[in-house]
Amino acid sequence: MTDDTSLILMVGLPFAGSVLAAILPTHARNAAAGLAGAVALICIAIAAFLYPTVAHHGAVTSNIEWIPSLGLNFTLRMDGFAWLFAMLVSSIALLVVLYARYYMSPEDPVPRFFSFFLAFMGSMLGIVLSGNLILLVVFWEMTSIFSFLLIGYWHHNAGARDGARMALTITGIGGLGLLVGVLLMGHIVGSYDLDRVLSSGELIRSHPLYVPTLCLVLLGALTKSAQFPFHFWLPNAMAAPTPVSAFLHSATMVKAGVFLMARFWPVLAGTEEWFWIVGLAGMSSFLLGSYFAIFQQDIKGLLAYSTISHLGLITMLLSLGSSLGAVAAIFHMMNHATFKASLFMAAGIIDHETGTRDMRKLSGLFRFMPFTATLAMVASAAMAGVPLLNGFLSKEMFFAETIETHVNSILDTAAPYAAFLGSAFAVAYSLRFIHSTFFGPPPTDLPHEPHEPPFWMRFPILLLVLTCLVVGILPGYTIGPYLHTAVVSVLGAATPEYSLAIWHGFNLPLIMSLGALVCGVIFFYCLKTYLATSEEGPPYFRRLQGQRIFERVMASISWRWARFLEANLGTRRLQPQLRLLVVVALIAATWPIWAQGLDWRPPTLAGADPVFVALWVIAIVCAVSAAWQAKFHRLVALMLLGVSGLVTCITFLWLSAPDLAVTQLLVEVVTTVLILLGLRWLPKRSPEIAPDSIPLVAKLRRYRDLALAIAVGAGSTLVAYAIMTRTQPATIGDYFLDKAYSEGGGKNVVNVILVDFRAFDTFGEITVLGVVALTVFALLRRFRPAPDSVESPEQQRIQNAHDDAQPDRKVGDTISDYLLVPALIMQWLFPVIIVFAAYLFVRGHDLPGGGFAAGIAMAAAFILQYMAAGTIWVEDRLRVLPVRWIGLGLLLAALVGAGSWVFGYPFLTSHSQYVELPLIGAVPAASATLFDFGVFSLVLGATSLMLIALAHQSIRRLRTTRAAATAEEETA
Amino acid sequence: MELVLSIGIGVLIGSGVWLLFRPRTYQLIIGLSLIAYGVNLFIFSMGRLKVAAPPVLTSSAAVNPADYADPIPQALVLTAIVIGFATTALFLVVLLVSRGLTGSDHVDGREPS
Repeated sequence: MTDDTSLILMVGLPFAGSVLAAILPTHARNAAAGLAGAVALICIAIAAFLYPTVAHHGAVTSNIEWIPSLGLNFTLRMDGFAWLFAMLVSSIALLVVLYARYYMSPEDPVPRFFSFFLAFMGSMLGIVLSGNLILLVVFWEMTSIFSFLLIGYWHHNAGARDGARMALTITGIGGLGLLVGVLLMGHIVGSYDLDRVLSSGELIRSHPLYVPTLCLVLLGALTKSAQFPFHFWLPNAMAAPTPVSAFLHSATMVKAGVFLMARFWPVLAGTEEWFWIVGLAGMSSFLLGSYFAIFQQDIKGLLAYSTISHLGLITMLLSLGSSLGAVAAIFHMMNHATFKASLFMAAGIIDHETGTRDMRKLSGLFRFMPFTATLAMVASAAMAGVPLLNGFLSKEMFFAETIETHVNSILDTAAPYAAFLGSAFAVAYSLRFIHSTFFGPPPTDLPHEPHEPPFWMRFPILLLVLTCLVVGILPGYTIGPYLHTAVVSVLGAATPEYSLAIWHGFNLPLIMSLGALVCGVIFFYCLKTYLATSEEGPPYFRRLQGQRIFERVMASISWRWARFLEANLGTRRLQPQLRLLVVVALIAATWPIWAQGLDWRPPTLAGADPVFVALWVIAIVCAVSAAWQAKFHRLVALMLLGVSGLVTCITFLWLSAPDLAVTQLLVEVVTTVLILLGLRWLPKRSPEIAPDSIPLVAKLRRYRDLALAIAVGAGSTLVAYAIMTRTQPATIGDYFLDKAYSEGGGKNVVNVILVDFRAFDTFGEITVLGVVALTVFALLRRFRPAPDSVESPEQQRIQNAHDDAQPDRKVGDTISDYLLVPALIMQWLFPVIIVFAAYLFVRGHDLPGGGFAAGIAMAAAFILQYMAAGTIWVEDRLRVLPVRWIGLGLLLAALVGAGSWVFGYPFLTSHSQYVELPLIGAVPAASATLFDFGVFSLVLGATSLMLIALAHQSIRRLRTTRAAATAEEETA
Repeated sequence: MELVLSIGIGVLIGSGVWLLFRPRTYQLIIGLSLIAYGVNLFIFSMGRLKVAAPPVLTSSAAVNPADYADPIPQALVLTAIVIGFATTALFLVVLLVSRGLTGSDHVDGREPS
């Protein structure tokens, strides 16, 4: 296995596992956990396998071209820092999987949990290993989405839904900012490649777009890391299952933000702006988070605020712009992940075994679960920064850094005091957690009788706590070399001298550490009695909830503002919308002509055939009359429309487009039939109904519409004339004319284009046709006519009344005799039209005709029978089965297209040759003819389906009345 | 020739646009059909007007493109005609169903107050 394939495997495997887990049965808890564990284990193995290369040669990269023209490559890149994170993510994932196997209840759909979990893990590894900025943002967004799904896993719980939505909204907004920031960065550097960007720090910092870039990137990082003022989503995300919290809020999700800041630290850090923004956010989060944590009553709430605080600490370290600060930051990222993951797991165990997380109810659990309690105590001590534990080491480095003056400002002067205060608070909340849950009198009225969890549920905590201890006691031998590789990959030549020893002598940081410990303990003992019964949340700040502000903002934006805009700018009426569309189109077309002028020849009628002119005079009169009459005289308007259509058809024939003429003529026939069938269902409307006087406003509206219509018409004339009178540049039409016979094997170039050169387009078009026909069919199945259209048409009623009055006639006789001669002719024409359709089809490749025209002709043959003899008569004798024709046509076209794959050609490559048939002679036989038959079949099916479905509506009423009548008879 | 056809196109499109602004669904369907004629002719005319030169080859020898009308706009318009029919049918059915559902043939589904 080469290095680059193993990188791809590392990112790809979790996603593959996610898909696999998703298709497992709902209650396959063990299989899903086993799968997730195996994936995490393989990722750890890959990371271990890659370490020697990363340590000695810098970075492993893998590059797959994605959209190279946009500078977008699927580049994965693992340097020391990425390696450390990848290892952390995979290891914690493995432990969380083990823990979750015991935590998740068998009633929950556990495979879904592991599916989201693995996808989230893959996205996180993707962020860490991305070597391309855009790719990084893609994975970044994916973590937002999968964290949303994970937090909202118990979606029946309203808190989980709200928390998930809030997390997604906040991190999603940040992600959007990051995307723009990254695009700016790519614009400045000229490449999205991470290596290029990392080596262009000077360029970016001196660029005028530096400040916007910085702000946008930081928006992404600070929202993700839940830094002040975006911190409030994190406590709300605690509605997630505890394994999710343990994973998201220790090693992943929130770490993605600080990871990003550390990743871009060499590029963006070191400026005044960086110091102020990052420093302020970090310090406020550090202080507020630790202060708020003391007053939480929910264990997970306490841990959530402590996470905010610790991330604030890391952010503060990164803000300083000193390389030692960066070292401490990276070190603390690792330490925080280990102790926080174990603490979340411990909190989960307490919740799981006692049924509550409220510290007012919990007490004295040590006697019930001594093992878990001991582990939690060690982890809390690490969180508080007690010596001999890993938290102490990084906190010591933090103190040392804050004492140094980096940027001479108030913020820098305040830093050591803030650090001291925050650390004292941290001691207080750590003590609070341990004291309230494990010590004191035995608990009363707990939902469950507490006891130790299964060994394998404790095991991950044990491992993590051991790590805290070992790293805390022997830092140089354990984490030392790996941390060094990571630090070198971030800082490069600027890597400072640092030492990971426990004992640095009796210096100021040590005094601060000890002072913070003492102060924290005193602080806690002062508050102890108050906290035992107090409300959730710190005093005075209780009312100021980020969550409530967020909800109010959301309600304003998504509800009040949206409704305001809709009420004032939107309309549900169609006419203003169409008017707006036409006006915009008109302006868009006029603008360039206005700006650049239109080079056109003076209009002349020279060369125009008088017959052609006369035809168009008729067409123009008819079109205008159709527009005029469409409201009150529908049938007249339809006939006038038909005349315009016929003139269009003749124009095609006149101007060398026989194929168009044939198709237009046939379509004209079926359209007219179709609309005739529909007319019956429209309400009566006659000029007498209209009021005598039209109000002035309506008149003005009409004049405005008329002016618009005239403007659009005149514009179209102008543009059409200008184009038609200039010489045509060379087009690809010449190519088709040249190759139609030699390559397409047909002489009718239009048909060859449709079924051969551009067959894929035609394939798409016939698919649309089929879809439309099915839609029409589906819509009509549920068709309910308006009450006033249900009755038989007036003419039929008069005829039936006439029959009734005559003694020698039965009801319905006149209707069946009506138009008897034309009906007979139509019936006789049936075979003739079929032969005509076949003729059109067969000659299509060489002469005007083809599948489209033949299909419509054939459909016309069917519908003529329906018109001549009535639906019932026809369907007693003939089954058309249009849906089968549609299916056959589409399948045939697709199969002919796919057939060329068998011969190693691209989809829809055509083959043509002449076949010698007895008696007939040489016949062109192109595979395109088969394709054309597919087109024919589909057009036939679609057209007849639409017409027949509409025709059926008239007999449906008969059927329902008949059914009702028989039902009545039966009951009687 | 060109002038007549362009005026024809303009009138077809103009009449169609006028009907587009009218309140009754049937007016809309007639309007869209008129616009479809105009637009099809417009696209067709992009290949310039040639009389008695259909793009149907007469011999299998090499061809001189100048002797034939441009086949591309014709191929485009041919499918446009068929798709136009399909959308007219769809619109007609939507019109009928809307009328059946709301009892009104106004484009907004209710009579203006």
